[in-house]
Amino acid sequence: MITGRFFAPGADRRIAITIFVLLAAAIIVPLLNLAVSPASAFYIPPYMVALTGKYLCYALLALSLDLVWGYCGILSLGHGAFFALGGYAMGMYLMRQIGSRGVYGNPVLPDFMVFLNYKELPWFWHGFDHFWFAALMVLAVPGLLAFVFGWFAFRSRVTGVYLSIITQAMTYALLLAFFRNDMGFGGNNGLTDFKDILGFNVQADATRSALFAASAVTLALAVFVTWAIVGSKYGKLLMAVRDAESRTRFLGWRAENVKLFAFTVSAVMAGIAGALYVPQVGIINPGEFEPSNSIEVVIWAAVGGRGTIVGPIIGALLVNAGKSWFTGVLPELWLFALGGLFVAVTLLLPKGIVGMWDSWRGNAGTPRAVPLADKAHTGAGLVSATSKPARSPARNPGEWSWSDPEPQAAE
Amino acid sequence: MSKSNTILYLDGVSVSFDGFRAINNLSLVLDKGEMRAIIGPNGAGKTTMMDIVTGKTRPDEGEVFFDGQVDLTRHDEAEIAMMGIGRKFQKPTVFESHSVEDNLMLALKGPRSIFPALFHRRFAAEARRIDEILGVIRLGDKRGDLAASLSHGQKQWLEIGMLLAQDPKLLLVDEPVAGMTDAETEETARLLRDIARDHSVIVVEHDMHFVRELGVKVTCLHEGSVLSEGTLDFVSADERVVEVYLGR
Repeated sequence: MITGRFFAPGADRRIAITIFVLLAAAIIVPLLNLAVSPASAFYIPPYMVALTGKYLCYALLALSLDLVWGYCGILSLGHGAFFALGGYAMGMYLMRQIGSRGVYGNPVLPDFMVFLNYKELPWFWHGFDHFWFAALMVLAVPGLLAFVFGWFAFRSRVTGVYLSIITQAMTYALLLAFFRNDMGFGGNNGLTDFKDILGFNVQADATRSALFAASAVTLALAVFVTWAIVGSKYGKLLMAVRDAESRTRFLGWRAENVKLFAFTVSAVMAGIAGALYVPQVGIINPGEFEPSNSIEVVIWAAVGGRGTIVGPIIGALLVNAGKSWFTGVLPELWLFALGGLFVAVTLLLPKGIVGMWDSWRGNAGTPRAVPLADKAHTGAGLVSATSKPARSPARNPGEWSWSDPEPQAAE
Repeated sequence: MSKSNTILYLDGVSVSFDGFRAINNLSLVLDKGEMRAIIGPNGAGKTTMMDIVTGKTRPDEGEVFFDGQVDLTRHDEAEIAMMGIGRKFQKPTVFESHSVEDNLMLALKGPRSIFPALFHRRFAAEARRIDEILGVIRLGDKRGDLAASLSHGQKQWLEIGMLLAQDPKLLLVDEPVAGMTDAETEETARLLRDIARDHSVIVVEHDMHFVRELGVKVTCLHEGSVLSEGTLDFVSADERVVEVYLGR
């Protein structure tokens, strides 16, 4: 049923290609790293594997933001917080795996706790010696925070710039909290010196390749899930809330619940991205809560094209590859380049790279959605095959704003 | 006044914004199955009255009852919509990035929670109902078009179609013919008369020609309360209505 839509041409085919490319990369990149001799031209060095693996985590983070920003108009400036919380949950597991191999050789307490004169493990560290528990927390902690935060924010009908500001405040508050040594999360040094993950050395080439493959497969899965959500009736409702929230209310929908669901799913995705990121970079510290990190995610999504699924992934990969290259060549100019890029994209590519590509290609044919009722008559209602143009934001060119653009005509 | 057999019952309703009394001791009763036209100068409180009925604004005092027994002041927009009050905005408000058909699909009566929507499958009965509504609002050949590409008048109709899809008991229709051509206006009057056969309807409108086409009882609001009520001829002959609204 889903496959029918999956291989249809257009936007959906693009999703299929993206998933295929990611799955292919999950196999090919580790092979080229492990099975090819370093002398060969096809050899991919380990640092490259770790670097691209890191980019894929960023791409997943950008995709999670796209679900709420691109499809529901919620401009979260705090998605870095969910990413960092997922990262901390994974970091705590990795810390507990060090065991007595730490500098102080304490079998229970991580080094920083010995250093800070902890006598016993704080209660919230219990359970993190099990991978399954840590994995659960990777999902539950960001998800729960997003649920509680969203519950209050959306119920009180905080929207637009105000919502962006409180999400920013949320990540800043967490930054300050995690900086404190007595929080029990390693203070400003964070968590590092990881040794093993699931019994494998995190530094080993094979482990790095496996982590890369895991990141690529997870991203592919997230693309599929986002695509399925966005294409469902709920997805249409999500966009309806973005475009005319009060209309949905007067039709009997609870707009706050619609937003809350997307926000929570998005936060869980961001948390998974953080959990995959930490073993690949080998450290997690409060700097990940930095508000500027969350803003950078917005830039990735904007550059690639929000509301397009594939766009934020392309944006995250391109901007980060650019960052790696630029900071190597002209380190002091990178921030200017990033700022300039954002201005340029806002002015010249309001719909991002993918959005621009679409409108350039789309000029040939008029946007016309595929009628579906015929299918429903005959096929007893398969998945509501979506109308193509309806899935992209389909807004006027040049219209670009931080949040829902039109004031609601609720008068 | 007895509440039974009324679809909408407002008694002594007042609301003020920053000291300005938008609605002032307003009383209005709509019988089941009745269609009523509401006229009045700008700022007379027509839209505020709709806000109160649909739960967007809470009245400072007064009673608002739906269907004889439901106290509307205790419910919010979504609950009131589910009870069966549909509302068309003054400025046509449709989901512009969705097709005409999807607009109706989202409005169609049914469960309003997240998970059913996530795993929703389209049924033949649903498609039939959408076809039916598309016929009524004469947008059958536009079903696949984006709502954004519709003309102003067509958007108005689509919004009325969305109300029908909701299958409400009471429809509140705010300025349905604003910006329409004469031909479209007459079509809309015909459409509303059709709808009024099995629904209760309140129409707010400035276009007196259109109100005459509807041929129903008219209420004239002024400064937040009822100035005059009766047939159009009676109301237009009322000295006070002429004074504040129609002009000499």
